[in-house]
Amino acid sequence: MDENAAVAAEGLVKTYRARAATVEAVRGVDLRVERGEIFGFLGPNGAGKSTTVRMLTTLLTLTSGTARVAGLDVAREPDAVRRRIGVALQEAGLDPRQTGRELLELQGRLFDLSAREAAGRAEELLELVELTDAADRRIKSYSGGMKRRLDLASALVHLPEVLFLDEPTTGLDPASRVTVWDEVRRINERGTTVFLTTQYLEEADQLCDRLAIIDDGRIVREGTPAQLKAELRERTGREVTLDDVFLDATGRTRTHVAGEVQEVKA
Amino acid sequence: MSYVLVLGRRALVEAVRTPEALVPTLFIPLFFLVVNVGQAARIFPGKSTAFLHGQGYGAFQLPSSMLLAASFGSAALFLVEEIEDGYFDKLRATPVPRSAIILGRLAAEGVKALLIASVIVLLGLAFGIRIASGVPGFVLLVLLTAGWAVVYSGFMQIIALKTRSAAATNSAGLVFFPLLFLTPNFVPRNLLTRPMEIAATVNPVTYVMEAMRSLILVDLHWETIGLGFLVIAVSAAIMLAISVRVVRNYD
Repeated sequence: MDENAAVAAEGLVKTYRARAATVEAVRGVDLRVERGEIFGFLGPNGAGKSTTVRMLTTLLTLTSGTARVAGLDVAREPDAVRRRIGVALQEAGLDPRQTGRELLELQGRLFDLSAREAAGRAEELLELVELTDAADRRIKSYSGGMKRRLDLASALVHLPEVLFLDEPTTGLDPASRVTVWDEVRRINERGTTVFLTTQYLEEADQLCDRLAIIDDGRIVREGTPAQLKAELRERTGREVTLDDVFLDATGRTRTHVAGEVQEVKA
Repeated sequence: MSYVLVLGRRALVEAVRTPEALVPTLFIPLFFLVVNVGQAARIFPGKSTAFLHGQGYGAFQLPSSMLLAASFGSAALFLVEEIEDGYFDKLRATPVPRSAIILGRLAAEGVKALLIASVIVLLGLAFGIRIASGVPGFVLLVLLTAGWAVVYSGFMQIIALKTRSAAATNSAGLVFFPLLFLTPNFVPRNLLTRPMEIAATVNPVTYVMEAMRSLILVDLHWETIGLGFLVIAVSAAIMLAISVRVVRNYD
């Protein structure tokens, strides 16, 4: 497997044992994300997006297959992988009893920064995500958008090579969503590879250099947004959007997909 | 070790910022102390009851209250809350050894128990209870309480990690009541009925309670004290081994 890729996975499988049956959440995913890309990972609810991300970020064991992130094997060198990745999961994982500043400083200490370095880094990040004014308030008083931005900041404390964002804008209002998009672009311009899962096709179209669509635990399309649209346009002979690509790839109709994937205009 | 300290400090701040979880830890054991003494003090007058060694019945009951205070396991409830809201995964995604995440909480629980046990003993002293073994006894008494708090919180954390459910973790906490009542809680072991005596003898909490009681009523009786610490050390070793295994295999 190529060690130069930011993310490289082959035959990734995850099965869970439920009471009555075995559930195959991911059924042999192959992925390759180049360094410096913003890579979009799309799929309907329950398609296997979050499970794949959790395997790539060492939070879930692999049932089978191999995965390398930042050139390191996630199963064999999980601690080393964690030092090189930033993770902001679907639920903004924050401690509501800490202040924003305390949370970022603690995160810095857990990545081996000294107390002084952690304090300095927290200050920088609070400015980056425009939370300086709220830095000393407890997180439980933050709005949804503020929590998302703080979560994003906490994933950047240690200047990760690869940043995993699992549905970073779900539940945000359009203004907050645009703010997060701007942050993602800025982070990427500094050289960080971004692996982004989203249900918002407009978001993928706006942000991602390349994307993959997963359905029922398998990758069903992969390419740049332009390539995917061109391929479908050629096949159908009409103008298409990323919506149409998604629907074609997952075999869904607009009625079927309502509530699973949304197109939003920010 | 530094990770454990950093995470332990955070858990202490969390406890201080959640007084609604801290206050019952002190109030309920004191409530039981007052109620139990109120119900049985006239049956066991200090002057004529040999096992009280000249003290009132409150001195005999104090260890039960201290052990109850150490058995709330609130660290596990904070942990399960963290699992449910995703912060636990945030911590797991750092390069910190996963065992440090639970050891930090246990260290904080030990410190919290030291403070709570000290407050309970000081309140006991204010109401006429004496620590027969003096200052060294006081120190050993709060250490035994803190040790038990770490053991019990560890057990509760295992339940939290396995079930990931606040309801299940809360229910598991009730296990302490049979453990506490199958002990020489109201009278010494030799005065229990035979079945209760057998149950108390196989219950490890009995030996912690008897060690604490000997410090209050007798003096430094090293054999009893040593047995109490031995029970805590063995229970802690077993509980820590299981906790570390569970958190490492957490998926």
